[in-house]
Amino acid sequence: MTVGAWEAFSLVVHRELCLSFRRPEQLFQPLVFFLIVTTLFPLGLSLQLSALRDIAPGVLWVAALLSSLLSLDSLFKSDADDGTLEQLVLSGQGLTLIVVAKTCAHWLVTGLALVIASPIVATALGIPTSAFATMMLSLALGTLTLSWLGAIGAGLTIGLRRGNVLLSLIVLPLATPLLIFGAAATDRAISGSSTAGAVYFLAALCVFTCTLAPWAATAALRITLE
Amino acid sequence: MSIAPEGLKVDKVHVWRGDRHVLQGVSMEVHPRELLHVSGPNGTGKTTLLRVMSGLLRPEQGSVTWRGQSIVRQRTEYQAALAYAAHEPALKGDLTALENLHFSVGLKRRSTVAELRAALDRAGVASCAELPARVLSAGQRRRVSLARVLAMQASIWLLDEPYANLDAAGSDLVSELLQAHVEEGGLALVVAHRDLALRCPVRRLELNS
Repeated sequence: MTVGAWEAFSLVVHRELCLSFRRPEQLFQPLVFFLIVTTLFPLGLSLQLSALRDIAPGVLWVAALLSSLLSLDSLFKSDADDGTLEQLVLSGQGLTLIVVAKTCAHWLVTGLALVIASPIVATALGIPTSAFATMMLSLALGTLTLSWLGAIGAGLTIGLRRGNVLLSLIVLPLATPLLIFGAAATDRAISGSSTAGAVYFLAALCVFTCTLAPWAATAALRITLE
Repeated sequence: MSIAPEGLKVDKVHVWRGDRHVLQGVSMEVHPRELLHVSGPNGTGKTTLLRVMSGLLRPEQGSVTWRGQSIVRQRTEYQAALAYAAHEPALKGDLTALENLHFSVGLKRRSTVAELRAALDRAGVASCAELPARVLSAGQRRRVSLARVLAMQASIWLLDEPYANLDAAGSDLVSELLQAHVEEGGLALVVAHRDLALRCPVRRLELNS
């Protein structure tokens, strides 16, 4: 009996989550990095709370981008190294479906974890609780977009030995709008002004990458697998 | 309308790897109830040929057809009918043997745990079902990858060095499985350095540099 697309999607997501939870050190590494970097800033700068609040959005977003980047390298590479990627490609399910499932699972264990941990960091940086909702929403949109951009980069660099450096070079310039608008949304939420413009822009970027990046990442994977 | 041939056909395939012309106009055919034994010295493109036939690698020239149509045009159906075992066993070290089978076979067909256990049992690694693949020996890992091929119930088998790392009993098992698969109407392509002592029809393809 053939396997439907939804069934295959949930199987791949289940597989990825299983693998992530078997390696807790890999799972928590980006999160711990995020927490350490953001909590070091207030200690290192010893600023007034108001000054800290001014730089908080930037610190939060730079740390979020860098910690997401840490885990992107392993998105396809570990499967490519042990040969299981070939099995996935030859599974008879579309490669795009596999890429979508793997990227969604990657976001669940990295991006979503970061979003959930962000209130702790925000408290340390003096961000008022009234800005938490906007900050978490913008981080959710931003990390999801970054996971998609990363999927393209990871697809292109799996065959390379020092692929993670190149991956950063590919992904970081593309992630600049996320940093600008993400930090702007959080900044506006802190000051109490309207955040709609920045959040809508992030949402638009997210929809744009969710729509096109699966195809681009699939094409990238196919090229590097050959 | 002519009846499309059921078999797998490779027609004048050329593959370059950088400056190296690895496959130089390879042509061959293999039909259901037949086994093709690909042999030849190291570096003559046996694995490359298998990758071309699986659809993982697109040849620069030439074509691979299945049931009379290019495999590129029917990629999903072709890959659903295919079981590919590469030289490395392709197992996730952190998952148990049973989970490895569940996650890869589950994408091809709906299978029950009992079926997967039966496949592991047939391959002689029933006792390893709950062990993480990373603690298995090379031979056991090979057997688990054979169990995966079995559990996929595919009509086309592409096996790269299935005898590697196996003891005498394991080698006999591979021959038995191949024999049974071909007798049941399957088609198999095997890259192996040793002679295959099988009762089923065996075609040979010798690749030279």
